Amino acid sequence: MTEPEAGDPAQAPTPVLEARGLIKRYGHVTALNGVDFELLPGEILGVIGDNGAGKSTLIKALSGALIPDEGAIYLDGVQVRFRNPVDARRQGIETVYQDLAVASALDISENLFLGREIRRQGPLGSLFRMLDKGRMRHEASMHMKNLRIGIHSMRQPVETLSGGQRQGVAVARGAAFARHVVIMDEPTAALGVKESNMVLDLIRQVRDRGLPVILISHNMPQVFDVADRVHIQRLGRRVAIVEPRNFKMSDAVAIMTGAMSGEQIPLS
Amino acid sequence: MGIASPMDQPGTATESRLRTVADSLPLSRIGPFLALLLACAYFTYKTDRFLTGSNLSLVVQQSMVVGVLAIGQTLIILTAGIDLSCGAVMALGGIVMTRQAVYDGVDPVIAILIGTFVCVGFGLANGILITKFRLPPFIVTLGTLNIAFALTHLYSNEQTVTAVPDRQLYFGNTFRLHNTTITYGMVLMFALYIVIWFVLSQTALGRHIYAVGNNSEATRLSGINTHRLLIIVYSLAGLFYGIAALLLVARTGVGDPNAGQTDNLNSITAVVLGGTSLFGGRGTIIGTLIGVLIIGVFRNGLQLTGVSAIYQILITGILVILAVAVDQFSRGRQQ
Repeated sequence: MTEPEAGDPAQAPTPVLEARGLIKRYGHVTALNGVDFELLPGEILGVIGDNGAGKSTLIKALSGALIPDEGAIYLDGVQVRFRNPVDARRQGIETVYQDLAVASALDISENLFLGREIRRQGPLGSLFRMLDKGRMRHEASMHMKNLRIGIHSMRQPVETLSGGQRQGVAVARGAAFARHVVIMDEPTAALGVKESNMVLDLIRQVRDRGLPVILISHNMPQVFDVADRVHIQRLGRRVAIVEPRNFKMSDAVAIMTGAMSGEQIPLS
Repeated sequence: MGIASPMDQPGTATESRLRTVADSLPLSRIGPFLALLLACAYFTYKTDRFLTGSNLSLVVQQSMVVGVLAIGQTLIILTAGIDLSCGAVMALGGIVMTRQAVYDGVDPVIAILIGTFVCVGFGLANGILITKFRLPPFIVTLGTLNIAFALTHLYSNEQTVTAVPDRQLYFGNTFRLHNTTITYGMVLMFALYIVIWFVLSQTALGRHIYAVGNNSEATRLSGINTHRLLIIVYSLAGLFYGIAALLLVARTGVGDPNAGQTDNLNSITAVVLGGTSLFGGRGTIIGTLIGVLIIGVFRNGLQLTGVSAIYQILITGILVILAVAVDQFSRGRQQ
């Protein structure tokens, strides 16, 4: 549990999301061994690591899906504690999961507003709890338009969409409600090449609209394609941060697998 | 329909709109309605005693009890669950209501509330066992089916309760509408269908019921307390079983410990015939009403035409398999 290192010469802006010295043990296995993490405003931060490097444990800690044994998490510089994913969501952190986490028989606007439905004004809403479907459809189509997802009818059941469009709905949902951070956990894992590219485009658009994005992926070319910085995780720690602009992917893989030491590169 | 381009070619827009209309009226939606219409047309052609006000009223009266049980069953099946205990729980509720009033001198209306409370309690227990103890609904409700059955027979001493007070028979009372006799129970059943239609289609609770049956993990990750939701659904179903018990007592005039023994399967049959998927997440309450009426019309029509009742069971069996096959087929097409 070290304090954030002061005196960084570049004087970086306050990270939107920051973690210091997170430790998580499962019996004899140490999944997180004092990992640090920073997400800066307006960036796409890739998180890569071999299987067992602790990257999904790290993301679960950041999204509230598990509670770390030790360490601290800061949101906009203020320490926070997430007891569950709902907690994290309330604080403005939205997570898009890999396995197309949508209710397929519900339509697009119902999926976008699932768990956050808008009720009608007046007694119809307060007494009879009636939903304002028109308003939800209207707002849903605005959100989809913002990300330039060309779907005509918000009444379309999600199961009639392609895999990429479905993930588009999930991304639009995350982007619509996240106030601080969107976490994308392997968002292209279930998709083909063309659809993956669509989703990567969406991720860029979310960033360009001002929301920082954490992208966890096994797919190195994708991460190096979209990420502004890449957090490399190994054996439960962060071993390096690299900028894809001036770093070779093969070296990143070497660091990830331990063939090259992370200390050889300065943290950027 | 590209995901990246803001607007697609206008040609595909009309096409996709047409397709949306076709998708919103799949076979599982219109099939049950067609089956009901065909059955009615057939029996109207076969006998002129079928399409009369008094006969149709009779069909509804005969369908009333299963109709109300099927409301609870629909809610549960939409969440991808199943309830085998509904008929037995209803029988227990009916016995409690009538015995409390007849033998224990409890005010008839209070006795109704106690009986209904017992049914809600069973629903609540089902819901808690399924969520908190992660037991499969089929097994849990098979257990509570037997428990309710045993309690019914222990509590009733195998005796039918007679001389039920009038205030418990209120919903068996009738009024006339254009020479057609209508019971208050029928009105109550239709009213309950309208209420549940509203809840399912117009409120967040209803949408959550569909969502949890569709993708329970995604629903949980959306911040919805799925355990609480399921417990509400099973308890609500228990409330409907209590109301069904009241209608049963009102219709038969007695508290019968042997009532409802096949009504669990009848209610599931009605739900499936109505186009609701046993896999959860899709179906309509209006479909269930149609499913209930299909069973009622076949039973009544075959009786009128002098065909053995066993054929009604045969036809119901075929229809059930047909309905499930249609559901399976339409799901397969969408994958």
